[in-house]
Amino acid sequence: MSANVSPSIQGKTSDGRLRKLLYSQKAAPYLFVLPFIVSFFLFFLYPMVNTIIMAFQEIAPGVTKFIGLKNFSNLMNPDFYKALRNSTVFTLWTLLILIPVPLVLAIFLNSSRMVAKNFFRSAMFIPALTSVVVAGTIFRLIFGELEGALLNSFLGYFGVDPIKWLVNPWSSMMALVALASWRWIGVNILYFLSALQNIPNELYESAGIDGATALQKCYYITLPMLKPITIYVLTISIYGGYAMFTESYMLWGGSNSPQNIGLTIVGYIYREGLQQNNMGFGAAVGITLLCITLVINIIQLRATGQFRKED
Amino acid sequence: MRKGSVIFLLSVMMLFTILVGCSGNNSGSGGNAAANEGEGGTANSGAATKLSLWTFSELHINFYKEMERQWNEKNPDKQVTLELTTLPYEDMHNKLLLALQSGTGAPDLADVEISKFGNFLKGQPQLVELNDVVEPELGNVVKSRFDIYSKDGKYYGIDFHVGATVMYYNKGILDQAGVDPDSIVTWDDYLEAGKKVVAATGKPMTTLETSDHWFLWPAINQQGSDYLDENGNVILDNEINVNTLKFAQKLLDEKVAVIAPGGDHAAEEYFGFMDNGGAASVMMPYWYMVRLTDYMPSLKGNIIIKPMPAWTDGGFRSAGMGGTGTVVTNQVKVPELAKQFLAFAKMSKEGSIQTWKILGFDPLRTDVWDLPEMKEANKFTEYFGTNIFDTLIEVKDEINPVHITEDIPAIVDKIKSDVLPRVLEGKEDPAKVLKEAADQFRN
Repeated sequence: MSANVSPSIQGKTSDGRLRKLLYSQKAAPYLFVLPFIVSFFLFFLYPMVNTIIMAFQEIAPGVTKFIGLKNFSNLMNPDFYKALRNSTVFTLWTLLILIPVPLVLAIFLNSSRMVAKNFFRSAMFIPALTSVVVAGTIFRLIFGELEGALLNSFLGYFGVDPIKWLVNPWSSMMALVALASWRWIGVNILYFLSALQNIPNELYESAGIDGATALQKCYYITLPMLKPITIYVLTISIYGGYAMFTESYMLWGGSNSPQNIGLTIVGYIYREGLQQNNMGFGAAVGITLLCITLVINIIQLRATGQFRKED
Repeated sequence: MRKGSVIFLLSVMMLFTILVGCSGNNSGSGGNAAANEGEGGTANSGAATKLSLWTFSELHINFYKEMERQWNEKNPDKQVTLELTTLPYEDMHNKLLLALQSGTGAPDLADVEISKFGNFLKGQPQLVELNDVVEPELGNVVKSRFDIYSKDGKYYGIDFHVGATVMYYNKGILDQAGVDPDSIVTWDDYLEAGKKVVAATGKPMTTLETSDHWFLWPAINQQGSDYLDENGNVILDNEINVNTLKFAQKLLDEKVAVIAPGGDHAAEEYFGFMDNGGAASVMMPYWYMVRLTDYMPSLKGNIIIKPMPAWTDGGFRSAGMGGTGTVVTNQVKVPELAKQFLAFAKMSKEGSIQTWKILGFDPLRTDVWDLPEMKEANKFTEYFGTNIFDTLIEVKDEINPVHITEDIPAIVDKIKSDVLPRVLEGKEDPAKVLKEAADQFRN
């Protein structure tokens, strides 16, 4: 391959050479992808290789040294397990909410009988445009523990005692999932909507002629046709769930939460790597996270048949 | 041919943009360093030398500006211009850490908060040793406040304040319960007084934090204990610490204390709660005054400052807590000038007075505490009365040092996120929880 790259041109002037290079069927494509390749090497490959190296090092100014697998054996601690558990539970909840709900909403929004479609479409998408920092702060106040906080004052109408939302494990997970759902539903609706609009109308028409009901059409046409996009949304949601950080950081105003109920894997990288200046260990956590998401995604993609040879 | 060169030009431009974008990350801070280099050479010729300084507190900016003015008045031949940058707390520490680690992009001076300081002592500290400006003044200052920023006998940071921990009592509530704060000498007295307050007013005597440690740390420090001993060994689970947490549980069981709304004394919920007369007292360091004046205005004139209760008769009644050590980084171009300016700003009499006037902190120099300047009216004297420093003078010899090593940031995180929530909120056995936490740091 590399032999093809080097242009075997013998132009008389440099001008001619340049011209030949640019018109060369073989060289030009490489030239055009060069910017991407360079940025890929600089910003993805180099940091990644470096992270892998750092995961085996103890890093302190002037005394960086290799320590073998110690960073990885240090991972066997309750805080990391907690982070892993929180991230997993959070991911499962977001999958349970962020796939079915936007799917149904998208079907509604795509229906010709829906009124004020455009209004709802934009209204649902607005949360995705707000900054998580702002939204997180507001959610923190909504989930405040005093009687006067929004949720607790609702509960008050029904005579329920105020709940310390961000202290109990179940309610804090709820707060996290609520914030994530609020924020991402609009985006997922967008994915599903675009897929819905690609389903040819003829299918519905012919089903109608065959006497299919609306529900049957939905089950036998819409859902199967949405499979590719659903798999895509599933894949990015798994990754997104495990990579969650800002939401928890904002809800508890830092990476520390009572009994680590809000600690996520990325939060753990942040805490260990930056806040405690333990870059090597942070890198080890990062590599572990990469392996986990990779394995889960591969399993999921295999299970949904993505690796099957195209027929 | 023309078409060809246009395309070529375009792709070169794209490539160039990307490369520029890559170096753009550093150009902000790198540019700074370059500017300093240029200015450094002209330092002797009388032009002002630029010193860049990062801080995480807007309040500190006002202080540094005032000290820059005073320095330039006194040193016409060594003028400085401060380039002050305020960054959010976490951001600033992270950026500084990375800049020092990578060897480029750090400012000349930076404020480093005490619970982050350990991070900067790891390996070979990338900071300038300050012994030659600190040592001559050690007799006039609270020395334990310098030891906390040292490693192997070298001083690396200068604090703003002593951070003496005191008890802020709500006089109105105590009067209602018929409790005289001067009669509270020991923690047992405090517990008894608390019961009276609860019986008479239905309000708790105090609040305890679960996501911060301004009860545990000062309370064990008073008794000569700490998280680490002077050699850096973990003593987190010693008997004193266990008993102190048991006492905290007792305060909660007797309803004398409640858990601070919002989890700590800097939470919005807590400010509202306290401002409405939620509890009869709060134990915090002197630097908490500005929070009271700014966030709890209705308590104005109603708060009295007293020493902490002692654990035994004659025991220590305060503890130096919190703090911000200003450091000179090793990327400084004019180390001597930076050190001199820093020492002037934070250790001189002038600096100490401004520390009080602008920041409301208890300055490091003990010889300024009784100066008339300290009694001049300001927002703090309006709020707390004019004898704020009497309490400080009373307890100045009752302050133990805390032991800071590179393990402290991790230990403090553990205490805030695990130990305190489990012991205070979850009512778990302090001995067990502390042992678990301590073991994690022993190996």
